[in-house]
Amino acid sequence: MGEVTSVRVIEGAERGFATTRFDDLLNWCKKYSLFQYPFVTACCAMEFMGLASPRFDMARFGAEAPRFSPRQSDLLWVVGTVSQRNAPVLRRVYEQMADPKYVLAFGTCASCGGFYDNYTTLPGIDKVIPVDIYVPGCPPRPEGVIDGMLLLQDKIARGDRTPAIVKPRSDIVPAELANNGLVSMGRKAKERA
Amino acid sequence: MSKKVLELLKAQFGDKILETSSQFGDDTAVVEPSIWRDVALFLRDDPRCQMNMFTDITAVDYPDREPRFEVVCHLRSLEKNHRIRLKARIGDAEAEGLEIPSLVPVYKGANWFERECHDMFGVAFQGHPDMRRILLYEEFKGHPLRKDYPAQQTQPLVEYREGATDKLAPFGADEGAPFGRQTHDFWSETN
Repeated sequence: MGEVTSVRVIEGAERGFATTRFDDLLNWCKKYSLFQYPFVTACCAMEFMGLASPRFDMARFGAEAPRFSPRQSDLLWVVGTVSQRNAPVLRRVYEQMADPKYVLAFGTCASCGGFYDNYTTLPGIDKVIPVDIYVPGCPPRPEGVIDGMLLLQDKIARGDRTPAIVKPRSDIVPAELANNGLVSMGRKAKERA
Repeated sequence: MSKKVLELLKAQFGDKILETSSQFGDDTAVVEPSIWRDVALFLRDDPRCQMNMFTDITAVDYPDREPRFEVVCHLRSLEKNHRIRLKARIGDAEAEGLEIPSLVPVYKGANWFERECHDMFGVAFQGHPDMRRILLYEEFKGHPLRKDYPAQQTQPLVEYREGATDKLAPFGADEGAPFGRQTHDFWSETN
């Protein structure tokens, strides 16, 4: 059930049922109930608010419910710069989360420290806690973060815990999609199309 | 801005005012550290000055100068609408003798500014009620805004995870790619 193709629907049963592997079922549950703990420290928070609000609507992915106790949350959003002084707090929050737990590094500062290359700042939260998804950008666009979250869901479904990064989009958008405004495109993408 | 306040200072303190300058409307007086608090008190209480607003206090490190550090303070009068910059030079090349009277008895607002200045430069404000670090942590060694503090040196509070690299340049040869600091290359793995 991680993928729809692994579900077998038996025809003819009165109410219908499906078979799947237990792990797949469990992963399917996990991936659509990512309760979030927003560890929001800096300006990326503004973009995070945009992401969480109706326009981009994280609720579509079952990930909208914030839990301000790490013990009740599954996904730790590290949004913004983490200073050296704040690093023990971050690690403690992570340690308090119950398994299974996932970490998403939102923006360049959380991912690698960004341009804060000095005594103040942790050069990436992965120095302190393991990270599942890196979303680059200063700040990342909500679309990029949603990309990251889908990537995380995909990884959960596959049971894959290796770190992954959201790549810049370079898809060539079909002209009919671009023309009727269904897909927003940057200048370069338009030139390519 | 008139130079009136500078004239008043010179009349009041004479030789203890080492230099004055006035440029782009900013009056600056370099005073002896010994009269630092007296000058602030005079500027606050004298009816011709009425410097009732404490704006800022900080320090500057000039590694080639002797004395090496300059403590800089900005005061402003909301009544008279004039402002002044005070400077005092302290400390030798080894940053010894970095001591200056605290302005907290004169301006309460100086409290956290002086703590920050102490944190970043190691200036000891004598008579300050609570001379501790304010932004950095107690375990931090040295004073990061001094010119001899290594720009890249971090002092992590938490031990880095095994396999996590220590400080790398924020962006390497692959500048613009977001993860120049990673030792392993997500970029080619995921492409």
